Amino acid sequence: MADTPSQDKRAQYKRVAYYPGCALEGTGHAYNRSTKAVGKALGLALDEVKNWNCCGAMEVKNVDPKIQTYLSSRVMSIAANEMRAEVVMAPCNGCYHNLKKAEHDLAHDEASRSVVDRLSQKAGHATYRAGQVETIHALDWIKHGLGEDELKRRVKNSLTGLKVANYYGCMYTRPRHIFPEKDQGPGSESTSKPHFMDDLLAAAGAENVDFPLKTACCGGAHTLSDSDISTKLVLNILRAAEAAGADVIATECPTCHSGLEMHQVRAEKVLGQKTTVRMLYFTQLLGIALGLSPRKVGVHENVSDSRGLLEAKGIV
Amino acid sequence: MRPAAAIESALDAFTAAPEAQVAAQRLLGLAEEVLENWIAARGETPTAGTSEGFRLLALHRQGARGVPSFNACRETCREIAYHYNLLCAEPDHALGARRQQMMAMLTKHLALFVSGKMQVEGLGEFCCASRPLRQESTQ
Repeated sequence: MADTPSQDKRAQYKRVAYYPGCALEGTGHAYNRSTKAVGKALGLALDEVKNWNCCGAMEVKNVDPKIQTYLSSRVMSIAANEMRAEVVMAPCNGCYHNLKKAEHDLAHDEASRSVVDRLSQKAGHATYRAGQVETIHALDWIKHGLGEDELKRRVKNSLTGLKVANYYGCMYTRPRHIFPEKDQGPGSESTSKPHFMDDLLAAAGAENVDFPLKTACCGGAHTLSDSDISTKLVLNILRAAEAAGADVIATECPTCHSGLEMHQVRAEKVLGQKTTVRMLYFTQLLGIALGLSPRKVGVHENVSDSRGLLEAKGIV
Repeated sequence: MRPAAAIESALDAFTAAPEAQVAAQRLLGLAEEVLENWIAARGETPTAGTSEGFRLLALHRQGARGVPSFNACRETCREIAYHYNLLCAEPDHALGARRQQMMAMLTKHLALFVSGKMQVEGLGEFCCASRPLRQESTQ
């Protein structure tokens, strides 16, 4: 049975501060485009955080973790203190993870609070205080802002016949302690077996396959230091998805998505291993189900060309 | 305990066996060997204990101690244990061959992840950390 979002959350997520992050302006542009298009189609408003900065990605914490906490806190400070927003939505797993981590650190670590306060004063903006905003992922936004029943009602172009392996990557649920709202029973997300993307795509008519590597590492972090390991990790994910019967791997992270696409090409070129499963952002699939054109949700921007597959399935 | 490359080769050569429980036991053993390699490389003795009935999960817990990023393979280990249970509980299931194949892929993923981690061991507290490299270059 579909979870029914609470009226409070539905109202709260109707209009949120939107933090796209750097990847969505680059390799993940199709995710940005499709997230905005789906929001518009569903009547969920996005107000982009003004003058936002990088969350620190994976690199800054190696220089100084507290600088990373500050960078993420600045984004939340602008949303809370300048935009008076209650909710910040970050579709990128890396940004989402870093904002949640900063929230946790600021709630529990005096040294982090002190550094953030000092740097915020120096930078001339209000210091972010833990609890001022709630950071959510694009999956929470649609799952709780609309819900599966309402989504199902709005589907114009069912994804029936499309077999999907939902791939969440490792940062959406890990480490568990920075996601206190997860693992809270019915209606909440699971850190061991996440299902929000499965729920939304099932509501759009897709057939989700049993995919045991849904939270496995894509090797994104090894991409520069050891491309071969990344290629092999991705190849294993692609093969597992195909073995599970998937036509498409649905993604919700620009880094994972780019990694899957690029290493699929590299696996064929370098290892001579060809796979045919396609990658699409879950927002692209939802957009198509809502009747938006593939172009409107940026399918043409993906490296992995799924237009032929969608046509063959009679979806577009 | 075989080296990581030998384990990877054994996994590449794996084909579904007629007896599901035998295949499950073999794959579980390979997964344990993967983690034994990691723990031994860190100068520790791999535990003989179990967690939730699986030595694999106890080895993972041991291997993740002090290395939070190692938890990125926690669910992979749990899926391996789950597939082991599936194959042993329903050895004649129609999907038996596919389940064996999936368990082999999960074990391969664990092997690749751990071998990647071993290559960069000591290079930082997170997967893509490079602090020691930078520290070396500035020394």
